Amino acid sequence: MLLKSRHYRPLASAASRRLDGRTVAGAYHLLSDTTRSSPLARSLSRIPWAYAARRIFWSIPTMLAIITIAFFMMRAAPGNPYSVDRKLPPEIEANMKASLGLDKPLWQQYTSYVGRVVRFDLGPSMKTRDKTVSELIGEGLPVSLTIGGFAMALAIFIGTGLGVVAAIRQNSAADYSAMSLAMIGISIPTFVTGPLLSLVFGVWLGWFAAGGLDLGRMNFYNLFLPILTLALPQIAIISRLMRASMIEVLKNNFIRTARAKGLSEMRILLRHAAPAAILPVVSYLGPATVGIITGSVVVERVFGLPGVGQSFIDGAITRDYPRVMGTVILYGGLIIIFNLIADILYAVLDPKVRYE
Amino acid sequence: MTLTAATHSEKSALMESAAVKGRSLWEDSRRRLLANKAAMAGFVVLGLLVIIAIFGPFVWPHKFATQYRDALSLPPTWKDLHILGTDIYGRDMVARVMVGLRISLTVGVVATFVSLVIGVAWGAIAGFAGGRIDQLMMRTVDVIYAMPYIFFVILVTVVFGRSIFLIFLAIGAIEWLTMARIVRGQTLMLKQKEFVEAARAAGVRPIGLVVRHILPNLLGPVAVYVTLTIPVVILQESFLSFIGLGVQEPLTSLGRLISEGQRELGHPWMLFVPAVTMVITLFSLNFIGDGLRDALDPKDR
Repeated sequence: MLLKSRHYRPLASAASRRLDGRTVAGAYHLLSDTTRSSPLARSLSRIPWAYAARRIFWSIPTMLAIITIAFFMMRAAPGNPYSVDRKLPPEIEANMKASLGLDKPLWQQYTSYVGRVVRFDLGPSMKTRDKTVSELIGEGLPVSLTIGGFAMALAIFIGTGLGVVAAIRQNSAADYSAMSLAMIGISIPTFVTGPLLSLVFGVWLGWFAAGGLDLGRMNFYNLFLPILTLALPQIAIISRLMRASMIEVLKNNFIRTARAKGLSEMRILLRHAAPAAILPVVSYLGPATVGIITGSVVVERVFGLPGVGQSFIDGAITRDYPRVMGTVILYGGLIIIFNLIADILYAVLDPKVRYE
Repeated sequence: MTLTAATHSEKSALMESAAVKGRSLWEDSRRRLLANKAAMAGFVVLGLLVIIAIFGPFVWPHKFATQYRDALSLPPTWKDLHILGTDIYGRDMVARVMVGLRISLTVGVVATFVSLVIGVAWGAIAGFAGGRIDQLMMRTVDVIYAMPYIFFVILVTVVFGRSIFLIFLAIGAIEWLTMARIVRGQTLMLKQKEFVEAARAAGVRPIGLVVRHILPNLLGPVAVYVTLTIPVVILQESFLSFIGLGVQEPLTSLGRLISEGQRELGHPWMLFVPAVTMVITLFSLNFIGDGLRDALDPKDR
């Protein structure tokens, strides 16, 4: 009876489940000192495909919920595209509504909207003539992806680096200065650091552009300050996560084992401690994406960059419903995808995780 | 006689040890909090800010919407008491910052209260009901969690127009998710406790169990999370105001003032004054939140 129950699990597994993922990951990495397969091949072989498939499946309702809320909010908005100053004859208005499918029942409009969104057709903009929302977003995407991507990379590299240094020099001057810097980075929002950096390094010192994009071309001079502004809070959070995790990991037995093997301190840090300690940072990647997207809206406005965020604000202020809606759907999709990647990456890095 | 004396002294010894040990958890927490210098400094600074925000606009000689045509973009000066200067329309910065602070703090309190009510109710019901209802409710939270919620607030302001009241509600209505998770976890743990069982055995109804026995025990973690939510909410309102979707002129908030200052980099005080106020507010709130967490949840120390 007990054996047949779905919730039954062998004792060994129940015990191992209580282990910290980082401990298992660390012990696992000890094997890599003697085995010869490449890390990439080992990682690939460890992707839990069933888990990944289920995770992808579960992101569908989330995406659908975003589209649904967006759709019904747009419908709840007072007025329609033809409620303009100059009143149209009712017959013509009815015809025009029919051409947009606005005469069909609501659920049919809904299903066709979902169908179009799936094909990346977000409809025409209501305020910018002869442009579809997809085109407007497409125009801003290169700038936004550039600053967002670089900011994310910068945050991960500098954040983990600072965290590791602070952890191995715990309670030293370096640790305290890194952590007070992190506290400042967390407490001061992007819309304060952005203008301040622009004022100091752009206007007063003139090292970088205070704003704008020369001839619309992307370059270091124009983009450094926006990227730095965007990365700062993430650097702060990641370095704090990494420091706390690293301190925990360094206390573990597998580190002692690695030392006993006579490995160099560098190798212990890089091959044994860091990969195990990075797990909390990996699970933070999802929220980091949200932070960077939200931040990009601010940063693009502060520095006057023609990105998706700027277009989103323009849409919001001019009440261009389809544009706002389309951007929200895009942001939602990005966040879901990055959460997905983070979760799968976590499963790859953490050998304990075998989500049944 | 001797026997009673012995028992008596034993009793008093017991009472004494009880008096020593019997410091309540709250008493303990308060001591820890009082010993935390950063948190106490946070309380003092925040108290000053609240007093300034409430009474400042009544006391200060300049009104926040009055334009002094002969004092446009005035740098900080003692003349006419424009000690922090004026903005490009000649409005006194001190008065504007005080009103901005007032709006920001109000948003922080009101929206946090909304999130508190929704989050606690949602989490307590899910945790107490358990089973399918719990699964369904927490799945919903998971789904909403993955959404870019601040953008939904923007969507709301775009669709329904901009009013402060709506912003209060909308921000509160999206910030309850973490609260619901925390409360649910605690409820799950608490409902297994003996005192809940005892109350149940005594015939207390489920609603009574939740309200009288479970909710009071949630106070610690909820208080910590509330203080940590206030700065987040203030930030979100400022974010909305900064991109031009928050409060409308001539009313103002710290985010809006920063946004205006950022456009006038030639007059840096217009940026510095609200930015510094914002940073001080956030720092004091964060220190209080951290202090409360350390005081109420000694596990982490």
